[in-house]
Amino acid sequence: MHDGFLTYGKMKFLKLAVVLCVVTIVAYIFYEPIDEHNGGTWLGYTLGTIGALLIFWLTWLGIRKRRYGANFSLSAWVSAHVYLGLSLIVIATLHTGFQFGWNVHTLAYALMMIVIISGGFGIYAYSRYPKIMSENRRGSSLNDILAQIGDIDRECRQIAAPLPDNVSALVVQSCEQTQLGGSITRILSGKDNRCGATAAFEQLRPLVSEVDQQYSQATRKLLILIGKKCGLLTTVRRDIQLKALMDIWLRVHIPMTVALLIALLIHIFSVFYYW
Amino acid sequence: MADQYEVAIVGSGPSGLSAGARAAEKGMKHILLETTDHASDTIYKFQKKKFVMATPDIMPLRSDVSFEVGVREDILETWDKEIEEQSINISYKSEVTAITGEKGNFTLTLKGGRTINANHVVLSIGMQGNIRKLDVDGDDWEGVQYQLDDPEEYEDEQIVVVGAGDAAIENAVALAAQNKVAIVNRKGEFARVKSGNLTLITESIESGLLECYFNANTARVSPGEIVLKVPEGETAVPCNRIIARLGAMAPRGFVESCGIKFTSDDRSALPELSEKYESSVPGLYVVGALAGYPLIKLAMNQGYEVVETISGNDIAPADEPLLEEKFASLEGRAVNEVLQTIQENVPLLSHMSALQFREFMIDSTIHRVKADDVIFLRNDYTNSVYSIVEGSVSALINPDDPSERVTLKKGSFFGEMGLIAGRRRTATIMANGDSILVETPRRAMLRLINSVPGAKKVLDTAAIYRQIQTHLAPNIEKELLKDIVDTAQVESLSAGDALIKQGDDADHVFLIRSGSFTVSSLIGGRDVVLSYIPSGNYIGEMALLNEAPRSATVKATVASEVIRIDAAAFRELLANEPTLRREIEDKFQDRMVENMETEERPEAGDVIDFLVGQGVGEASDVLLIDESLCVRCDNCEKACAETHGGISRLNREAGPTYETLHVPTSCRHCEHPHCMSDCPADAIHRAPDGEVFIDDTCIGCGNCAGNCPYGVIQLAYPAKEKPGLLSWLLFGSGPGPGQDKNPGEKVAGARSMAAKCDMCKDIEGGASCVSACPTGAAIRVKPEEFLSITNLAKAG
Repeated sequence: MHDGFLTYGKMKFLKLAVVLCVVTIVAYIFYEPIDEHNGGTWLGYTLGTIGALLIFWLTWLGIRKRRYGANFSLSAWVSAHVYLGLSLIVIATLHTGFQFGWNVHTLAYALMMIVIISGGFGIYAYSRYPKIMSENRRGSSLNDILAQIGDIDRECRQIAAPLPDNVSALVVQSCEQTQLGGSITRILSGKDNRCGATAAFEQLRPLVSEVDQQYSQATRKLLILIGKKCGLLTTVRRDIQLKALMDIWLRVHIPMTVALLIALLIHIFSVFYYW
Repeated sequence: MADQYEVAIVGSGPSGLSAGARAAEKGMKHILLETTDHASDTIYKFQKKKFVMATPDIMPLRSDVSFEVGVREDILETWDKEIEEQSINISYKSEVTAITGEKGNFTLTLKGGRTINANHVVLSIGMQGNIRKLDVDGDDWEGVQYQLDDPEEYEDEQIVVVGAGDAAIENAVALAAQNKVAIVNRKGEFARVKSGNLTLITESIESGLLECYFNANTARVSPGEIVLKVPEGETAVPCNRIIARLGAMAPRGFVESCGIKFTSDDRSALPELSEKYESSVPGLYVVGALAGYPLIKLAMNQGYEVVETISGNDIAPADEPLLEEKFASLEGRAVNEVLQTIQENVPLLSHMSALQFREFMIDSTIHRVKADDVIFLRNDYTNSVYSIVEGSVSALINPDDPSERVTLKKGSFFGEMGLIAGRRRTATIMANGDSILVETPRRAMLRLINSVPGAKKVLDTAAIYRQIQTHLAPNIEKELLKDIVDTAQVESLSAGDALIKQGDDADHVFLIRSGSFTVSSLIGGRDVVLSYIPSGNYIGEMALLNEAPRSATVKATVASEVIRIDAAAFRELLANEPTLRREIEDKFQDRMVENMETEERPEAGDVIDFLVGQGVGEASDVLLIDESLCVRCDNCEKACAETHGGISRLNREAGPTYETLHVPTSCRHCEHPHCMSDCPADAIHRAPDGEVFIDDTCIGCGNCAGNCPYGVIQLAYPAKEKPGLLSWLLFGSGPGPGQDKNPGEKVAGARSMAAKCDMCKDIEGGASCVSACPTGAAIRVKPEEFLSITNLAKAG
């Protein structure tokens, strides 16, 4: 019943993109320019025009997706965006005639490739991580898990109140020195080496046998609770990590697209200005 | 010698005020007596800024005093002004303690000993003047109150709410938001409250939001403490405040002391009244809430009418012009004549009293149709019922062959199947010639069925026959079905009830009339769901055909109704009708194949089991997200908010998940919408395509939100207007498209209104949540399509 963006409409946009690439390659092979292959030939201008129009159209997705309630399917647009975007690799490369240099023209090409490669990671992320994310959460929502962690903290504080200072200090550490999120590297690693709860758990383990007999049962209960909290924290951190992986490529894709548009306009302008 | 008045009106509520104004306008010598120092004490005591309704909307106001929907303060201000302007002779602080005498010579004794003489008396004292008090030692403590103006006024207090009615529950739950609240219930459960409030209180107690003392009575009160008598003994509960909501009752002692008789000894009984509101004491009239009419507008009309009656003017009821207008298309026939004709011609409607029938007709519509006019089309999702007053119509029962028609004659009715099953129309109906039809909306029809047993019986009998004919044996003559219909019985089941148990003997076939069922079988010691069967299908024919014990268990997924058909009658029909036998055999084989497929793929059955457990069985259209495609961008929520006044009606993340199939919190457009069951403004409707939506007449009472078992309705303030796309894009003014999808901000002067999914019925592109999903993870499906094993197998 569900039709994902990669398989949308029996992959009609993939077929369209393949046809476009094949036609372009065939034309490139059979077309013999007077001088050599470059953007200035008849074929070069044609491919350049197609490529530029494609880029403007692909960029339009950003506007399109915000036109809520219009009569279209966004997943169809995304499907077309993905496959036609990938076809730019062939179209734009053949447009260059493999002439590269340290100039604005190659800059536009390089920016475009960065956009496409980041988009490629996006496809990978979108097809791989959603499922892992569901498996990781095991049917609970993020809010459920955070609420559970809150409950555990509250319970730990209650249990720890009558316990010796060294034990209750660890509970305070677990409650107050646990962070979720943080720096980009920490988010993307999905781990926190200085996690208050994990440290408290490790330090609490030997204490179970060291504390006064009357406290050992409560301390053991704390150990179980904090252990459970650590497990939940791992789930949350993994969740945040996966969400970040699904979002981060856009931080490259979008700004680079803006840069590409500017470079592309300069490229077009300079080509015609210095004709 | 005391003054002699033509009419003395006791109580200055809506009805009394209206009576006073009429008397003043007519120049009658009158006096309006009010116990307190202000008019209309009941409304005066309403919660501050309470929005007062003017239902029934359609009924015209017939009074010299004006009244329209608005907040309490405005209404009271207008009335005070009008009392002044219209020279109504109102006497404040005049509590009547006794009424004696007879028509032409009544004596009203006031507190303090003053007496008033009047020819006629209108008693319009309502009920709220007689609030039940705690009536225990110490109840004069200033912390004891019997009303709650604004729950938000109190914070961080310990509050004990005494009472188990709707008002008590609503107060307790509202207060619990920022106070520690306990509720005291005299009984062991909350009976006789609105179902929404029952859910509300049960959940609040279970979640620990508030504490409840069951089987508890108030023993005594002292400042800062209430002592309760509980089954275990006495317990003292410290509190800053006690709010007692014990209801009000007719001040029966006083009313009876005036000589007025009541209809019975029941606590809720009303005074005996004539059609003109005259009590058992001639010349003494009772109007308003005490007469059983708690709606403000109706009460005001009565005040007007009663004074007209007293002055000897026999006026027609206020709804007369409405009915005249309704019957206008019938060219000059008098209202009474039309009403009589309809009741004579249509047996279904003949069981109502004259008053009931007038109200029924105000809600209904008269249609004059010509030959070949289409009344409704197959698959329309409308749910009104039509009665044929004159002429006849044809039902086109076969979509492939328009010539296959069943004629319905004068006196019969149609459209009831949509009402019963909550599903699409099963046939197209066309008029045969010039005919007159009465169309009655769902709500009025349900009221009829619930209040008039005779009508329910007529409807049920006809419906059974038609359902059998439509769903089981469409091409069979009526006579041949007689045995089956005669032995058929309607049976109701609650969600989870087993209709058929595996291994039982087979002695019946069932036709599902409303709701839906799952078929499951024990496979390897585990109950595996084999299929999902919605209403309009029959079930249990396999074992009958095989002459074997039941091969599977059949359970209701939601509250459902079936028609139980006797096996012998069914077998005989099959023996006489080889075509029918073949059809049933074909369907039987399809089901066998489907069951075998599931047995090989038990996980598909598990998905059905999961979805049915989420109540999808009663849905007509449900949003499902494939989490393996969902990138958690929340564009569905953003699209929803952007297309619905800035408030998202869907919560993507909330809701249960089975493997990667997620059921987000979003309206399922139930076949029998729970939200519709108790909407005082009648603001919830079903569009022809099946969308259940709330219109602008919503008063924000929250009943629908409380009644929805899926939590998909929220009360929200309208969101602020957003800047345009370009000014956001270029100049960074916010919030931008898709941002701030749940503002929840209280806007000054605005009222919160119920917001729910309307399936984007007015939006060209269809459901925005689906069209805005970038990866195709969100789909909206009809359960009968999705819950088929073959489709699930394809979905993988």
